[in-house]
Amino acid sequence: MILDRFANPARFLRLANAILPWCVGATTIMLAAGLYLGLFVAPPDYQQGDSVRIMYVHVPAAWMAMFVYTNIAIASAVSLIWRHPLADLAANASAPIGAAFTFLALVTGSLWGKPMWGTWWVWDARLTSVLILFFLYLGHMAITSAFDNPARGAKAAAVLALVGFVNVPIIKFSVDWWNTLHQPASVFRMGGPSIHPDMLWPLLAMGLGYTLFYVVLLLLRIKSELIGARLRALDSLRQDAA
Amino acid sequence: MRFTGIISRDLRLALRQRSDAAMIVLFFVLTAALFPFGVGPEANQLAAIAPGVIWVTALLSVLLSLERLFLADYEDGSLELMALSPVPLELTLLAKVLAHWLTTGLPLIVAAPLIAVLFNMPLEALPTLATAMLLGTPTLSLIGAVGAALTLGARRGGILIPLLVLPLYIPTLIFGVSAVDAALGGFPVRPHLLLLMAILLISLVVSPLAGAAALRQANE
Repeated sequence: MILDRFANPARFLRLANAILPWCVGATTIMLAAGLYLGLFVAPPDYQQGDSVRIMYVHVPAAWMAMFVYTNIAIASAVSLIWRHPLADLAANASAPIGAAFTFLALVTGSLWGKPMWGTWWVWDARLTSVLILFFLYLGHMAITSAFDNPARGAKAAAVLALVGFVNVPIIKFSVDWWNTLHQPASVFRMGGPSIHPDMLWPLLAMGLGYTLFYVVLLLLRIKSELIGARLRALDSLRQDAA
Repeated sequence: MRFTGIISRDLRLALRQRSDAAMIVLFFVLTAALFPFGVGPEANQLAAIAPGVIWVTALLSVLLSLERLFLADYEDGSLELMALSPVPLELTLLAKVLAHWLTTGLPLIVAAPLIAVLFNMPLEALPTLATAMLLGTPTLSLIGAVGAALTLGARRGGILIPLLVLPLYIPTLIFGVSAVDAALGGFPVRPHLLLLMAILLISLVVSPLAGAAALRQANE
């Protein structure tokens, strides 16, 4: 099976080291291009003026919040079913990154909401479900580190991630199921995007930039975890020898 | 041990320590009684917040009882025997959850009308409140069991459970309160009750699977 090929940490490290520079370069280019297009080239909104530019930071962050949680859920399933050694690492390394993206989405949404809705926060379905997602991330991080045996923490976190996954479809469809103040989907919807191409392209560039940035951080975090594990192993060997 | 065997064992244990269940109900009533001091004793205002106060305090009371759900069995080793018995661990968990609900959820439902009266809530909403709690509190026990099983053997397990479980309690809280609010406003309550039942049915499937997986991890 293809997954087994990457179960070997040495092979994974070789691959990660090979693609990491490319990912860093692509992240820089995409984020720079997306920010330039979004902040300078894209037209201001006819109602919202320049405040619409918050969208180029906010919407990709919200996408990532759900994307990273989905990744954690998939990695957790892989870890529980096939006991893949890297899946736990990937899930635990993803959680703080996803929490940061969720926090960014909540904060930028709040900054946009104050001038547009006249309030920092409303308890509508979309905002509430994203807030729950943020708490789920925090719970995941807390339980990962709550055990003396890290393997037990990783497994408990995997079960929690799978249970919490029910929230992701609720976030996605919350704007369709309930009458919310938050606007409905305008990019990933049946019948194609309803947003003008001048605004869509910067948004997609930012989305790709965020995704690449996530990949970079994930690879770095998994690498440092693997190196940390190796150091601990060497340390215990030395203590045994002494 | 059979399904009914576990239930009757847990119930007998609970009956011998009656003060535990009584303490939960006392906590429920006492916490709710704090709100008139916090928001002022104005009758209309109290009636307006009554459904929310009842649900939130019920939720906190259930939370309080969760840590003990598996802890005693985990510490004295009965949990390992239950895992070894021919009864599937999922069914064992369901039996323990049912016993937990009978000793916490049910007393809370019985005590809820008292708070409703103290808060001047119109009495015609009481049947809806009771139905909503009848559908909602088993969900709280089911989801809580997963949190309790996951944190077995953890450092600071008692503080960890609320962090894991409270986000998952929010849907039950939302629809539980909106059902009573609908009854108070004269709107149809059926949709809210159906949603509560949907959440109950989903957790009835997910919780035994996830909880049993967590118990197996704890036993390893």
